[in-house]
Amino acid sequence: MAPRILVGTRKGTFLVEKAAGGWRPRLVGHAGTGVNYVAADPHTGRLWALLGHGHWGAKLSISDDGGGTWTDAPAQIKYPEGARFIAQDMYEDASSEFGVGWRISTKPATLQKLWCIAFGPSGRVYVGTIPGGLFESRDGGATFSLNLPLWNHESRGGDLSGGDGKAETKWFGTPASEGGDFAPGIHSIAVDPRDGDHIRIGVSTAGVIETRDGGQTWHPRNKGMTMDHSPEPEAEWGHDVHAIDQCHGAPDHIWQQNHAGVFYSNDGAASWRKVSRPEQGVHFGFPVSADADDGRVAWLVPGRSDQQRMAIDGSLFVARTEDGGETWKQLRDGLPQESAYDVVYRHSLANRDGVVAFGTTTGNLYVSDDRGDRFTAVAHNLPPIYSVRIA
Amino acid sequence: MVRVHLTRHLFAFFPQLEGRELEVEAATAAEVVRALEALAPGIHFYICDERGRLRTHVNIFIDKQMVRDRAGLTDAVPPDGEVHILQALSGG
Repeated sequence: MAPRILVGTRKGTFLVEKAAGGWRPRLVGHAGTGVNYVAADPHTGRLWALLGHGHWGAKLSISDDGGGTWTDAPAQIKYPEGARFIAQDMYEDASSEFGVGWRISTKPATLQKLWCIAFGPSGRVYVGTIPGGLFESRDGGATFSLNLPLWNHESRGGDLSGGDGKAETKWFGTPASEGGDFAPGIHSIAVDPRDGDHIRIGVSTAGVIETRDGGQTWHPRNKGMTMDHSPEPEAEWGHDVHAIDQCHGAPDHIWQQNHAGVFYSNDGAASWRKVSRPEQGVHFGFPVSADADDGRVAWLVPGRSDQQRMAIDGSLFVARTEDGGETWKQLRDGLPQESAYDVVYRHSLANRDGVVAFGTTTGNLYVSDDRGDRFTAVAHNLPPIYSVRIA
Repeated sequence: MVRVHLTRHLFAFFPQLEGRELEVEAATAAEVVRALEALAPGIHFYICDERGRLRTHVNIFIDKQMVRDRAGLTDAVPPDGEVHILQALSGG
């Protein structure tokens, strides 16, 4: 099948296909609705869109005809009765000498955001949510259930599916929530192509967590990662992973864009090595895309520091490494080099079979047919782009 | 019978309800939403979250009075009452 680019935006789902004269985007569904993520199940061809309706909540939408028609999925993501999460917030307190108090409380969990979806063998579908849920299906999405060993993980705060836990969590929040809570979120799910029971996830803000037994037990995989902004940079938990991506053909090679830099593992996330090269503009950003075959090859779209989160010096470039992050090449051909303020969100960069595509918060969609050597602006006026996947 | 009026927004997701006189048997706001679910499967999760609480920016009016129990929707509905379900206008 000819490559398709699936684009989720603040105002609908777009399909971008190659026709005579180049890549052409068209709106194929969810007009007016926020679409956080669109992806195709490689096993069934079904398209999945993760919607945020605002007033009406988050919904899973599916299409079995390539985006021609969409319907709400028969099974929606719902937190089970009794599921709770630990929230931390400041509140007005006239009795305090400071006028405010700081409160840690357990709250009933309800779906605030559908953030990412991934697919495994034998009908397995995984959905990452805010607040911090990993939902799994083993029947192609006919039913979903919350993974409780992860929900009740010691790092998370103990028994939060029936009890009140221990009121202490090492999972912190992300402002990406659509519900207003500063709650954790699962934004990356990498199912190992060698073994469907071997899954790594990225959590904002906790770190990388791995299961090798299909989700029964989970373990932190944050060795070598550092939090330069923290008084305890090498703590086991609290890492602000922005995205991880695994090389399909060499799955021990995993790439990570983190708040604190770019990290690379060539031992399946057992350890990470920082490969930021600030002098080459590579350090801060949100997305990362690993090559499908060569584990040493990856793409990023760097931004200027966590304080600014803007294109560096008003000019946009993609960074590509072909040697495991030792060196990076700035790819600027076809991208705006002045007055550019594009930001690229964590799911909005993808590559496949030589095509590299990314979309920006300013509604620009750029595609390269030659691994990033030269980009073409496919669209300038889309809604803010939340996700770009190639299927 | 309780007469139900829905915001036009919901017809985009549940076109089978558009243009219909919606009358349901219900004694509480919660029963109204459950009756709508029977007519349009899935609509309950648009109006309420998975705990059955009215979504933050959605309102239900019973004979022009806003419901008081947003957690359980136990507010009584008279046998010939009129119920409006609509979203809050969030600025702009």
